[in-house]
Amino acid sequence: MKRRKFDLAATPGKAAVGVDDRFAVATPLRKLLNKVFPDHWSFLLGEIALFSFVVLLLTGVFLTFFFEPAMTEVVYNGSYAPLQGTPMSAAYASSLDISFDVRGGLVMRQMHHWAALLFMAAIVVHMLRVFFTGAFRKPRETNWIIGSLLFWVGFLAGFTGYSLPDDGLSGTGLRIASAIMLSIPVIGSWVTSSVFAGEFPGTIIISRFFIAHVLLIPGLLVALISVHLGLVFKQKHTQWPGPGRTNNNVVGERMFPRYALKQGGFFMVVFGVIALMGGLFQINPIWLFGPYEAWVVSAASQPDWYVMFLDGSTRLMPAWEINIPLGDGYVIPPLFWPTVVLPGILVGLSTMYPFLEARHLKDRKSHNLLERPRDAPARTAVGAMAVSFYIVLTLSGANDVIADKFQISLNAMTWAGRIGLLVVPPLAYYVTYRLCLGLQQHDREVLAHGVETGIIRRMPDGRFVEVHQPLSASNGHADGHGQLDYVGWVVPKKMNRLGALGPAIRGFFYPIEKPVEAPVSPGHPPVEARPEREEIGSGESRR
Amino acid sequence: MSTHPEHQAPQGPEPLDVNDPKLTRFDIVREGARRDDIEIVHYEPQVLPGTKAERRLTRVVAGFFLITGLAATAFLAIYIWWPWQYEAGRGGDKFYTPLLGFTLGVALLAVGFGILTWGKKLLPKEVSIQDRHEGQVDSEGRTITGQTMLYMADELGVKRRPLLGISLLAGLAPVAAVAAAPLVGGLISQPHKNNQMFTTGFATAEGGERIRLVREDGRPVRPADISTGGQLTVFPGIDHGVSNKHADSPTLLIHLRDSDAQESRRANEKIGHGDYMWGNYAAFSKICTHAGCPASLYEQQTNRLLCPCHQSQFLITDNARPIFGPASRRLPQLPIEVDSEGFFVAKSDYTETVGPDFWERP
Repeated sequence: MKRRKFDLAATPGKAAVGVDDRFAVATPLRKLLNKVFPDHWSFLLGEIALFSFVVLLLTGVFLTFFFEPAMTEVVYNGSYAPLQGTPMSAAYASSLDISFDVRGGLVMRQMHHWAALLFMAAIVVHMLRVFFTGAFRKPRETNWIIGSLLFWVGFLAGFTGYSLPDDGLSGTGLRIASAIMLSIPVIGSWVTSSVFAGEFPGTIIISRFFIAHVLLIPGLLVALISVHLGLVFKQKHTQWPGPGRTNNNVVGERMFPRYALKQGGFFMVVFGVIALMGGLFQINPIWLFGPYEAWVVSAASQPDWYVMFLDGSTRLMPAWEINIPLGDGYVIPPLFWPTVVLPGILVGLSTMYPFLEARHLKDRKSHNLLERPRDAPARTAVGAMAVSFYIVLTLSGANDVIADKFQISLNAMTWAGRIGLLVVPPLAYYVTYRLCLGLQQHDREVLAHGVETGIIRRMPDGRFVEVHQPLSASNGHADGHGQLDYVGWVVPKKMNRLGALGPAIRGFFYPIEKPVEAPVSPGHPPVEARPEREEIGSGESRR
Repeated sequence: MSTHPEHQAPQGPEPLDVNDPKLTRFDIVREGARRDDIEIVHYEPQVLPGTKAERRLTRVVAGFFLITGLAATAFLAIYIWWPWQYEAGRGGDKFYTPLLGFTLGVALLAVGFGILTWGKKLLPKEVSIQDRHEGQVDSEGRTITGQTMLYMADELGVKRRPLLGISLLAGLAPVAAVAAAPLVGGLISQPHKNNQMFTTGFATAEGGERIRLVREDGRPVRPADISTGGQLTVFPGIDHGVSNKHADSPTLLIHLRDSDAQESRRANEKIGHGDYMWGNYAAFSKICTHAGCPASLYEQQTNRLLCPCHQSQFLITDNARPIFGPASRRLPQLPIEVDSEGFFVAKSDYTETVGPDFWERP
C-alpha cells in the first residue's frame, strides 16, 4: 500500500472541512465575519465598560485565591510593621497580606479597584451617549433598560466589593448601609437583622457579601451583558445620518478584518491603561485606615465616586422625621427618603424614559438613525437637567472636603447644595434648550448663506461685508446660490472643513514631502530663473 | 484589489458560480457579502505594496511589538528579582508595584497600538452597506408562529379540561413557596431578640453590679483623667465591651467647663434627666442617630459634636440636640456617677434608643 505523503499546507483546509462536515458552520460563520458595524468614536464608550469588566474578572479571580472572607478575630503578624500585633478580622488581615505578602498582589488589587471605577465611569458616559443621541428609541428600549440595570448592578458589585477588606473606611460604609436598611418603614429592622444575622455588624456579613460579590452579582452582570451585546448584534447598531445612510441600512466596515482588529487593539489599550493606573496611582490604601472599629472614623471619609451622589443626597436631606402617632408611635427617619426613595425614583424614571418620550411625541416608528443632541432640544435639556442634578449631589458628597480645601463654612456648603439641587437643574434645562435652538439656527444659517470666509470686502458705497462661501452651486437663487436642506448631519462651518486649507506637511521631525507650491496668480507671471553665469577665472585654471 | 463596483441592488443579479476558476478571491468575498445583503461599495488600499510608506508602517508596527516584548521581559525580571517585601524605611519595595504596573501597562499599550496601527493604517479602507430589513414585517411568519402556539394550547386542552389548569396551579404554587422557604427561613432573624435593639453593653443584669466606663485598653476611668473641656471615648467594662460585638456602646465622656455644665444641667432638668450628669461630666452615645457613624468631632469652643459622615451637628449643652444636618434625634445620654472606688460607672443603660432610627423605635 502506498503511504500518502503528509501535506502540511493542506492541513488547515482539511480540518475546516472536517469541522464543517460535523457542525455545518460555514455559512453562519460567513454571516458573522461579514457583519457590518458603523464606526464612530462615541460607539466605543460601551466597549470600555466591557473591557474593564473582563479585567475585573481576571484580577478578581486572582484576588479570591488569597482573600479569606471571614470575620474571625486574628492578631496580625504579617510584614506591615505598623499594624503588627493588632487584633483584626481575618478578612482585613488577608487583604493586608494581598497588599504586602503576596508577590504582585498589590498591583492586582489596585488594578481591580481602578477597573471597577473605570467600569462604572464608562457605563455612565456610554449611557449619556445613548441618551443624548436618542439611541434608546424604538426598537432599542429593552437594551436601554438592561443598560440602566447594569449601572445599578455594577453599583452593588462595587459596594459589596469595597466592603470586603473590612477596613475602617469600608466598615463605616457598611454601618451606613445597615442604617439605610433600618430606615425602611415597617420591615426595616427585620431586613437589617436578617442581612446581618442579628445586630450590626455581627459575624457573617463579610462571608455573605463575598459570595454575592464573586458569584451572584458577577453572574447577573455576565447574564445582563450577554443579553445587552446579543441585542446590539441582533438589532444592529445605530448610525449617524450621513451620505448613503438611511434608516434601513448600516454603513460601515465588515467585522473582519479591520473592525475586529481595531477592537482587539482597543481592548489591549484599555487593559494597558488600567495596568498603568493600578501600578502608578495608589487607590484605597487599606493599611492606612486600620481595621474597622465602630468608634473610629475620620473626616473626609468618601466612598467610591459612583456612591458619592447618594452620600450627597443624604447630607442635603433636611432633618424631616415623620412620626405616626399610632399605638406606641412609629417613625419614618429622614434617612429613608434620600437613600431608598430617591434611588427608586431614579431607577423608575431612567428605565421608563424611552416610553415616556415616545408617548409624549406619539412616536411609534423604529429609529436606526441617531439624532444630534441639538435636534432634540427637549431631550437634551432634560438630560442636562439630570446631569446637573447628579453633579450637585456628587459634589455635595464631597462637600466637607471642598469646605476644608477652599475654607468655606461647611453649613454654607450644605445650604448651597440644598438650594443648588432645586435651582441648578431647571436652569440647566433652560440654558441647554436655548443653546440647542441657537445651534440649530446657526446650522440653517450656514446652509442658507454659506461659510464665513474671514474675507472682508468693501462695497462701492463704502459698506464692509464679509464674503460667505456658499455650500451649494447656484440654481437661480436670488443671491447666487441654492438652499440646502438640513439632513441631521454636521454642517461645515469653517473654511478648512471645505478643503480650503493647504495640505498639511507630513512628517514627525522633518517634512517628508515637499509642500505643494502656492498657486501663482495669473496677473504675475512666474519670475524667470536667473540665467547661468559664466564662470570667471584665470585662463590658467581652465587649462 | 481596488474596486468601485456599480451599485447594484443586492438581490438583483443571479448568484455567481463560486467554483468558476476565473473568479479572484476578492470576487468570492464580495459574492459572500452580497449573499448577506452587504454591498462592499468602496475598498481601497491605504498603502501600496512595496512602497516606502508600507515599509515604514511595517517597521512601526514591528517596533510596537518589540516594545511589548521588552516591557513584558522587564516585567518578569522585576517580578522575580526586585526586592518586593515590605521593609519599613528601606524603600526598594516601594517601587515594586509602580514598576510592575508600568512595565505591564507599557507592554499592553504597545501591543494595542501595534494592532491598531496595523488595522487602521495597513489594512484597506472600506465602506460596506448592509441591509437592515427594517420595517419589512414578516406577517406570514407571525401568523404561522401564532397559529402554531395556539394550536399547542388547543392540544393541551386546558380550556376543555379546566380542572387540569386549576390543579396545576394549585400544585405549583406551593412548589414555588418551597423554593423560597429555605432562603427566607434560613436568613430571617428576629430583630428584637433579647431586646437587642434597645439595649447596649451598659445594661446591667438584674440586681448585678453597675457597669464601669473603661478606656479602649480596658482601664477604668477616674474623673481626674479628663481635663476640663476634654473628652474621652469610653466603653462598657464587660467582656468584649471594647469591640465591634458592642458596636452601639461606644460613648463619649465629656468634661464640660463650669458655665457649660450649668447650662447642660438646666437642659437636663427640663427633660427630666436631672441626675444624668456627674459633676461637670456628661456622657453621650457616640453612635450618630442618623446613620450610625461615630459622631466624634468635638468642638470645644461651641460644644458642638459633628458627625463626619453626613455633617449632623449636635449641641452638647442642649441635651445633644441636632442643630444642623440630616439627623433628627438627639444623641442619647448615659446617666453616670462615680462608684466608691472613684471610677465612673453607668447608673443604668441608656434610657433612649441608641443608633440610627427605625420604624418601631418609639
